[in-house]
Amino acid sequence: MHDHDHDHAPITSDGEPPAAVRARALERLLVRRGVVSAEDVREGIDWLVSRTPADGARLVARAWIDPEFRLRLLADARAAALETGLDPGSAPVVVAVENTPEVHHMVVCTLCSCYPRALLGPPPAWYKSLAYRSRAVSDPRGVLAEFGLELPAHVELRVLDSTADVRYLVIPARPPGTEGMSEDELAALVTRDSMIGVAQPVAPAAASA
Amino acid sequence: MHDRGGWHDHSPIDRSEHELADWELLVDALVGSLDRRGVMNVDELRRGIESMPAEAYERASYYERWLSSVETILLEKGVLAPGELDAEVRTG
Amino acid sequence: MTYAPGDRVRVSARSHQGHHRTPGYLKGRTGRVERVRGSFTDPETSAYGGDGRPERRLYLVGFAQTELWPGYPGAATDRLLADVFEHWLEPA
Repeated sequence: MHDHDHDHAPITSDGEPPAAVRARALERLLVRRGVVSAEDVREGIDWLVSRTPADGARLVARAWIDPEFRLRLLADARAAALETGLDPGSAPVVVAVENTPEVHHMVVCTLCSCYPRALLGPPPAWYKSLAYRSRAVSDPRGVLAEFGLELPAHVELRVLDSTADVRYLVIPARPPGTEGMSEDELAALVTRDSMIGVAQPVAPAAASA
Repeated sequence: MHDRGGWHDHSPIDRSEHELADWELLVDALVGSLDRRGVMNVDELRRGIESMPAEAYERASYYERWLSSVETILLEKGVLAPGELDAEVRTG
Repeated sequence: MTYAPGDRVRVSARSHQGHHRTPGYLKGRTGRVERVRGSFTDPETSAYGGDGRPERRLYLVGFAQTELWPGYPGAATDRLLADVFEHWLEPA
């Protein structure tokens, strides 16, 4: 069986994959026929490139600092996001799950690539890979080891397979030694991978190194 | 083919970062626009991807799968006529 | 049949041709309802041009990893959670 998958189309001799040519032709055709508008497509692209993990990181940092906000984030992630000026929309539903000393969450979409894009931006290529999708459910600790994360055996590892219209945001555990840090400083420690659950947030000593 | 949970796949996870190419962002945005216009929804997108022959599915990159699915669904709905996109590629 | 948190449920092992969102590795498996997610449009119909109505109830269901995978290499307390539609669940 094919033992790798790749996230990029093969490059043709003039440097552009055939899919690029085809995609642009499709857009021209659909716009010309009025099936979609060029403006709407541009706005869609703008939205895609504007979403970054910094949005999710801000939610996490605020939850670390403000226990009441943390409860609101866990109860209704969209309402909590709206408080920070961010609207992930009503569908799909975003649910925040919290890592504790006893429980660590990890998120995957085995069926395709469902991901909380409205809060984290586009998923990394590895998240969409066949290797991650197959092993994140059956050997999650092995996958974490590939990412350099070893969880103690007493920690319950909860893998969330995003099979329906619910998207998961992991609230990683606040690193020790971060007392007194501002929300911005804390947000800088929250990596995309820690909000997927394959990594811990950066420790403050590492961040300032 | 798309239902991957638990498959025996021992290839290492490639963790390199890839910026999305312009055409990939375009495909993503087209799907969003088609959805907002009520022409094609995300469940149809997924169904279209799942209907790809196994070899094509494995060979295609992520957004190539999306593009293939959009073509399949739009052809099915009569939004695209057979050969119309090929013609646009040739003449465009 | 509606379910509540704590209910033991089995995921149907029936075969289903066409688009559906119940992963193969969960079919026939027994787990526990963790949350009631609410009602959502049905991807099995919206993937074929329907509007996805009537909506179907969705549940977050948790499974013991050691019961999903023979020789599971992780911890005995590890769990797998997935959102499963009511019409894919049976009382266990």
